[in-house]
Amino acid sequence: MVARYFKWALEDIRSNRFIHAVTLITIALTVMIVSAALLLFINAGDWMSAWQQGTRIMAYLRPESGAAAAALQQSIESIPGVQRAVFIPRDEALRDLKSRIEHPASLFENLMENPLPDAFEIQLRPSDQSWEQFEAVAARVRSLAEVEDVEYGRQWVLAVRRVAQFFQTTGLALMGLLLVAAVAIVANTTRLVLYSRREEVEIMRLVGATERFIKAPFYLGGMLQGLVAAALGLGILFAVFSALATRIEQSGLAGVITLRFLSLEQMAAIAVASMLVGWLGCYVSLKQVLKS
Amino acid sequence: MTGREGTPAIIRLSHVHHAYGPYQTLTDLSFEILKNELAFICGPSGAGKTTLLRLLYAGARAAKGEISIDGTRLETIPRAQLPNLRRKVGVIFQDYKLIPGRSVYENVALVLEAAGHRRAQIPKRVHSVLAMVGMEHCAGALPIRLSGGEQQRVAVARAVVGDPKIILADEPTGNLDEASAQAVMDLLQAAYIRGATVVIASHDKALIHRMGGRILHLQQGRLVGSERVDKYHGRTVL
Repeated sequence: MVARYFKWALEDIRSNRFIHAVTLITIALTVMIVSAALLLFINAGDWMSAWQQGTRIMAYLRPESGAAAAALQQSIESIPGVQRAVFIPRDEALRDLKSRIEHPASLFENLMENPLPDAFEIQLRPSDQSWEQFEAVAARVRSLAEVEDVEYGRQWVLAVRRVAQFFQTTGLALMGLLLVAAVAIVANTTRLVLYSRREEVEIMRLVGATERFIKAPFYLGGMLQGLVAAALGLGILFAVFSALATRIEQSGLAGVITLRFLSLEQMAAIAVASMLVGWLGCYVSLKQVLKS
Repeated sequence: MTGREGTPAIIRLSHVHHAYGPYQTLTDLSFEILKNELAFICGPSGAGKTTLLRLLYAGARAAKGEISIDGTRLETIPRAQLPNLRRKVGVIFQDYKLIPGRSVYENVALVLEAAGHRRAQIPKRVHSVLAMVGMEHCAGALPIRLSGGEQQRVAVARAVVGDPKIILADEPTGNLDEASAQAVMDLLQAAYIRGATVVIASHDKALIHRMGGRILHLQQGRLVGSERVDKYHGRTVL
């Protein structure tokens, strides 16, 4: 029975080549755009993680608190998520500052005393380096009596998170719109095929065919289209990605920007989603056209 | 149980009315057709013969009245049960209704596939029925390549291939020459002899009298008479 459904589905596709080709290309483009967005999210996520891993929390101490540095270090390192805390005495901080400024003499010659506070540079465990964890640890450190201020690039973090969230929201909305459009296009194709086969469907009903028997080839055709479109869309995306990765490698940015393609599981999920789009398109049109 | 020699009725109509919009097509029809009976529905064009057959294969619904086919009431039959009913009823349409894009073999096999027959059994059965109607040599041809008579024979093959209890034929000889018409009628008579109930809508009186059987006369949507014709001994008015 399944072989017959396959045969009829393929016959349908063959006898309505043009319209099925248009649908196939539309789904493939949708798959490509959605997958490209996903690829961007994944790689942007990787870059954000890499950036986060380089981020430290700086805890600036109140004057005269430097004496209790050893005890304070223990307190900080006992906070969950903290890997280590390194004490930076104010004199060392000043020396470091001077070494980093090209012409320090003019800037520091009138300085009567060291304005920098003692500080701790706090590093989080790699597994706990989410922005939420940064905020939680910073809040715990700030609550310590000896700590006057905490700095971890909060403004930057918030700005980046806002931008990321904006892209995520608009990206998801765009993906949703594209998927709805793809479903509508498959539904229209199926509707056209159904109209051209209306008499055949009627005859099948009259000789005792069940609705399932009539509809199965359409569903199969829709899913088949979704699968082929997914392969096509992902194939084109991979070709573009490979070309881009080669260029980045040649430009010497390979050490700075690392790129990775979608995993097998992600590609399988996209193929299933694409088949679902084909199925859903058929479902919509079959429900409309074959209700009588 | 009703009718001749206690044979049960397989088709039963009681006060059936049907209309297409404001046009009344059938009015207060009541009759029974017995199991393994050969019945003709006669009447001029527009008498309601085709509409009556449509009601019998549930291609249309009566506006009023009751229709029972092999014990199934059509006015209350759920949509999901229609395929089961239609497998009991083989229909030969006036315009053949063969699927143009499918071969003769596929058109006939469709009935068995739809009924869920095992794949291995289908070719044997289809070829034997095609041989019976003399169309085996055209199994791979598309219906459009066939003459009217040949298409009608394929339609007969499709109607009988599933061994239905009832065969409904709407003007099966309407578009055929005399020889083809006789061949199709012989096939229908053979199905009747094998035990099917055969109902034929026709206005070809000569053909009906050659075959014999029960005749229901329809005029302007009303049953105006019923008679039994014995092809050897003449007619009996019922």
